[in-house]
Amino acid sequence: MKSTTLKGLLLASTLLCSVGLAYGQDAELIIESWRNDDLEIWQSKLIPAFEAKHPGIKVKFTPTAPTEYNAALNFKLEAGSAGDLITCRPFDASLALYEAGHLAPVTDLEGMKNFSDVAKSGWSTDDGSAQFCVPMASVIHGFIYNKDAFDELGLSVPQTEGELFAALDKIKEDGNYVPMAMGTNDQWEAATMGYQNIGPNYWKGEEGRLALIKGDQKLTDDVWVQPYETLAKWKDYLGDGFEAQTYPDSQNMFTLGRAAIYPAGSWEISGFNNLADFQMGAFPPPVRNAGDDCFISDHTDIAIGMNAKTANPEAAKAFLNWVGSEEFATLYANALPGFFSLSDHDVKMDDALAQEFVSWRGKCNSTIRSTYQILSRGTPNLENETWNASANVIRGTESPQDAAKRLQDGLSSWNDNHK
Amino acid sequence: MSASEEKKRPVRWHIAVFLAPAVLVYTAIMILPLFGTLQLSLFREVEQQQVFVGFDNFRILFGDPRWSESFWNALFNNTWFFIIHMLVQNPLGVLFAALLSSPKLRFSVFYRTAIFVPTILSFVIVGFVWKLILSPLWGITPDMLDAIGLKSLFAPWLGKPEYALTTLSLISVWQFIGIPMMLIYAALLSIPDEVLEAAECDGVTGMSQFWKIKLPLVLPSIGIISILTFVGNFNAFDLIYTAQGALAGPNYATDILGTFLYRTFFGFQLQIGDPNMGSTIASVMFLIILAGVSLYLFGIQTRLRRYQF
Repeated sequence: MKSTTLKGLLLASTLLCSVGLAYGQDAELIIESWRNDDLEIWQSKLIPAFEAKHPGIKVKFTPTAPTEYNAALNFKLEAGSAGDLITCRPFDASLALYEAGHLAPVTDLEGMKNFSDVAKSGWSTDDGSAQFCVPMASVIHGFIYNKDAFDELGLSVPQTEGELFAALDKIKEDGNYVPMAMGTNDQWEAATMGYQNIGPNYWKGEEGRLALIKGDQKLTDDVWVQPYETLAKWKDYLGDGFEAQTYPDSQNMFTLGRAAIYPAGSWEISGFNNLADFQMGAFPPPVRNAGDDCFISDHTDIAIGMNAKTANPEAAKAFLNWVGSEEFATLYANALPGFFSLSDHDVKMDDALAQEFVSWRGKCNSTIRSTYQILSRGTPNLENETWNASANVIRGTESPQDAAKRLQDGLSSWNDNHK
Repeated sequence: MSASEEKKRPVRWHIAVFLAPAVLVYTAIMILPLFGTLQLSLFREVEQQQVFVGFDNFRILFGDPRWSESFWNALFNNTWFFIIHMLVQNPLGVLFAALLSSPKLRFSVFYRTAIFVPTILSFVIVGFVWKLILSPLWGITPDMLDAIGLKSLFAPWLGKPEYALTTLSLISVWQFIGIPMMLIYAALLSIPDEVLEAAECDGVTGMSQFWKIKLPLVLPSIGIISILTFVGNFNAFDLIYTAQGALAGPNYATDILGTFLYRTFFGFQLQIGDPNMGSTIASVMFLIILAGVSLYLFGIQTRLRRYQF
């Protein structure tokens, strides 16, 4: 009796052990990311979908605060404690990681076939020969407006810049709504949702952006100064005390129905859908004259790559291939409306506002933010200076010409094409 | 006695043993990193390699017009930050302490606690709360000013380059005024009654007693507070970072050495961190603080008269 109990116990323990071993053999992948807003979506939708298809791989999503991400990631990679999969910022930040040997090349992955060259541009070497991250999503700039307010005031969606200012004048005159919700306290909205939003219509998208990189155009050229002149006119339509208005202030102002127009990025969609209890619509940055070609900023924003020192390279590759699949594209685009898939798959989206944004891809020419590729490599950093200049121009403390000259001088001080 | 004196004195191990923990911990977490920073500032990264460049980083910091402009801007702002503290925080601290130590004051424990409480709050809370209080959209300041008919005085202070730094300095004063108050209060309480009674016998009472007897006696404490304020202010970072972000807006009007160092060392948004230039700034900050403290220790503290009771 006793011996059978003992044997039984021994048997049970070996079984338990083997179960434990099998469990221990699971490859665990840790994802580094700055999208802490998306934690819930990764845990409840994306990771279970992947794990269901790949038994034996466990995935953990461990985000860091956005502003700390780059610095924290760099130190983790140098110390060898970074996760297996690395969410990639576009262009230079990730390129530097690749050149330092922290990111493994992904050029030959099966999943990379599903992306166009433009989609891959954010995570390619300067000569385009190697890729180091699998593109996940882009964000599109435009304006979100309060449909109820527009109906109430009898306004139609502005197509040209003149119409936009006429609409703003009318909203201001009526006095019930703040015409435009934006502040300059956090600076980046002024540059990202201001300058980079309306600018492509002036510098003709890719044409101007590439000419600027080559040095054929200067930031002091008309097409680069005029967006600042337009921004300077926004000042009169912003709320009282906009100088101290922060980004969350602006979001709240719009979703509470106190403002009529919100210069936006498509990433706002899911948040706004939850908060606003009025109808919302969106329009692309208005062209300068009726009939002009329109240009939109369709910015390659987020991708994912593999830590070169990962202990589970095969599992990590399986995950990256899955990121390139249609299943991921559909899941991601619908879980996070406003983050649009960069893949060639035909992705169906349910959200009306997101559909509106993505429909502009069909009628306008896409470009990316002008400061991201190559031009923000040196000191002073053009992107950071553009934040500062845009905020100054809207605040009215620096003239568009002075701001442009300052940026160009800074760029000329280190960029060989601009010497 | 003489026999024992001839005996060789035993090695006094206990001194080393008792000192060891503090020395080891202090060396590991303060002295080594300090020298590591100084060392890092003499190198530069060239093609993934650290190359020794001597004092070239310092030459760039002071010689390159862009770097030096940012640096002098940060130093000037930092000095203004310090001046506001010296002009507002410390005199008010002395005043509060003098009022609190007056035996006629009622509810003095309540006042003491209320004034000291902000000191124990986290910077994040202070920055956030004041941003809300001063917010032109949701803040109570515009409404309160409106209630007394002074709405015209309101401005979005944190967003205006000309006011932002002073506003933040005053917020910092609000937070830290408890510390000088408590130190001076303790010093005032430790003045023996005999001295005060003797003064009263000589007809020195009221205000003149404060100026002629009490203030000279607490002067060493005020000196210590000044040097603490100096070190604290030139190392400051948290409040500006939580209220205005690493770009220290508007238009770098609130950029102090700490935020300038942070941006350079760790990078910001697309700007990639540069540990070498960052360490250079950190070294200069260290030298500034060292110079200030030395000036105080050798120039001022040795001349302060001390009274023994």
